[in-house]
Amino acid sequence: MSGAKAISLHVAVIILLFALNFLLPEYHHGVLARVMVFAVFAMGYALLFGYAGLLSLGHSMFFAAGMYGAALPVLHLGWSAPLAFVAGIAAGTALSLLIALLALRTTGVAFMIVTMMFAQVFYLAIIYFSPWTRGDEGFALDRQARIVDLGGNLVDLTNPTARYMIALLLFTIALFTMLRVVTSPFGRVLVAIRENEERTRMLGYNTFANKLVAVVVSGTVCAAAGAAYALLFGFAGAGFASVQYSILPLLWSLLGGAATTLGPALGALFMYYLVDITSGYTSAYLLFVGILLMLLVLFFPKGILGTARDRWARWLP
Amino acid sequence: MSNTRDKAGFANSRISRRTAIKGLGAVAALGTAPGYVRYAGAQTSEPIRIGFQAHKTGIGAAYGRWYEKTTMAAVKLINDAGGINGRPVEIITEDDGTDPARGAEVVAKLATQHKCDLVYGTLFSHVVTGSAPVAGELKVPYFVVSEGYHVASGKLNRWCLQPGITDVRSQVTSVAPWMAGNLGKKVTMIFPDYAFGYDHRDYLPPALKAQGAEVLAQIAIPPTETSFTKYLPQIPSDTEVLYHVMVGPAVLTFVKELGEFYGSSGPQLFGFIDSLEAVDINSPGLEFLDGSHFWEGSPRYAQENDSDAQKAYRAAVGIDDNGASLQDPKDISTAAHMFGCWETLYVIKQAMEACDYKSTDDRAKLVEATEAMTEMKEGPEHPQGDKIFNGKIHQAFGHQNISKLEGGKLKVVHRTSIEDGQYEPQADYTTTPL
Repeated sequence: MSGAKAISLHVAVIILLFALNFLLPEYHHGVLARVMVFAVFAMGYALLFGYAGLLSLGHSMFFAAGMYGAALPVLHLGWSAPLAFVAGIAAGTALSLLIALLALRTTGVAFMIVTMMFAQVFYLAIIYFSPWTRGDEGFALDRQARIVDLGGNLVDLTNPTARYMIALLLFTIALFTMLRVVTSPFGRVLVAIRENEERTRMLGYNTFANKLVAVVVSGTVCAAAGAAYALLFGFAGAGFASVQYSILPLLWSLLGGAATTLGPALGALFMYYLVDITSGYTSAYLLFVGILLMLLVLFFPKGILGTARDRWARWLP
Repeated sequence: MSNTRDKAGFANSRISRRTAIKGLGAVAALGTAPGYVRYAGAQTSEPIRIGFQAHKTGIGAAYGRWYEKTTMAAVKLINDAGGINGRPVEIITEDDGTDPARGAEVVAKLATQHKCDLVYGTLFSHVVTGSAPVAGELKVPYFVVSEGYHVASGKLNRWCLQPGITDVRSQVTSVAPWMAGNLGKKVTMIFPDYAFGYDHRDYLPPALKAQGAEVLAQIAIPPTETSFTKYLPQIPSDTEVLYHVMVGPAVLTFVKELGEFYGSSGPQLFGFIDSLEAVDINSPGLEFLDGSHFWEGSPRYAQENDSDAQKAYRAAVGIDDNGASLQDPKDISTAAHMFGCWETLYVIKQAMEACDYKSTDDRAKLVEATEAMTEMKEGPEHPQGDKIFNGKIHQAFGHQNISKLEGGKLKVVHRTSIEDGQYEPQADYTTTPL
């Protein structure tokens, strides 16, 4: 019963987002397309942080791996956007596997620091190879490269509706993948690891292997978001590999509810408009963000949807 | 319901004398309200809305603050003189946090939510590059004041223009002959390993080579560095000129450590003032720079031979003879760059007048009118000096100043010609459709 409720809610969210394509004014339509891509990034992050309990401060490298994995072949090799998107995801998968093998030798604060250091190495590598990556300045993708030929039908990724629908498709896949994962036995094991890794191991589970898969799935989802960002919005830059973009998905997850499927997306949306609106009134808008986070810790320690689940809707996944 | 409304309609209603007098009074009051009279009349007397993409926060905040002051000063003068095509100019400011992702969002917001006629004023290269695709997709003219080579390189799109400030490629090409002829022919470069440094890295060596000089070493400093002692031993001992381009708070540490490294000797120093924009050149720790030379787009310190236009510009923006705020002598301006805002706004004005700009439907005409410009004469609209505009690469070319720091002030010792900074264009935006 609770499973049916959860699926209905998720389907309703997708239908709502689909309907908004036809209802939203131009600016907010563009905003939502961008937020959906960032929401995928947040979901990927929350899978590891919220469910497996692994606090990473290096997820910007997975987002950037997807971004550069997609954008560099377009820029230098003239690859088509679909092929580049696959390349971006593959880059994220490979990197997350490598990082998982190394970083999972640590736990807790050490894991956080190690992931942050790897991300810093990745960021500096982008800058070091600036003749190819254009480093911090980044590069814009040519418009022609963002027109996709799908069996004779041309899809222009610079078209707002096409972009919105592709972002929605990606968001839908990520959301239902996450829902499937967290409600599967694998997802239960991740929660068990988060709650008590030692006990989980004593019950016979290979916690290292489960955490490894969690990092790879998380990194791959984040890379898909990065690749989509590059192709949909036509820009890749080293700034997306900076620590700021490791902290952002953490904040989005905390705000919306890290151990919920919809929370990270809600957090990304909420944070976007918080910055968008408050920056119109004051340059000290980050103060509002800080105050909000403090209030959140005090009154919604599990985020908006996490607290809602505790208090009103136990069935929320 | 509809019948009821018809019965109460204006045609069938009776207007009492009191109501009529009230109505006339309200119209009269509105017509005499401040700011209304000048623009009352036709529908096209609505303000021209210029979206200002400002670095109000983030690493570019000091520049952003002075870009905003310059913008407001220029717009006040433009409006006092009757606006553009008889319409007032309104500046809509949005903070981009000096971040390319937010920058792209801000351009979209200015264009689609605020319905601005154009977007203007961006400085940092990564924000320009990140925002340019949005400008191209939304077909909104994007006038940047960035000095990066990105526009002229042809790697952006036809909606991006830089008519009010020269680009770094042109700047380094201009100053190279003077450096080689007056300071030395063996040059070592120290520059930040990010966007701003790349144009220096790529274009100074060929410019020096053309003068019979050479670059001995290029030392790129990662943006995360806070100390430079490990890089200084990499400077070759036969270096005659140390060319430094650093930005941000680390510059004070850099100069201090450079002084400790060389003591009372060392090579000649040539730097880009970008390192020290908004920083008091007489700050403790910067003593080692005394006697060294700097590039300046527009001089920070008032010069003896300043034109009347330059004097009027400085007064309007509100900077004293030391390039500091008239209200606060400790608030140092970004004088070498911010003139670009002033000049860009006047280019926009000229282009809008040339194409008889009326609404956002005329955005393409505005781009074409700007592309059609060729020469900009020194004067109140261009206080930094004459410019030549290349419509194919959307880039202005102008004079550069080389200043020597002595007695705590920067004095211009050489002014390059426009020709010194010209290079063969490698793109032609006009061949792409609008």
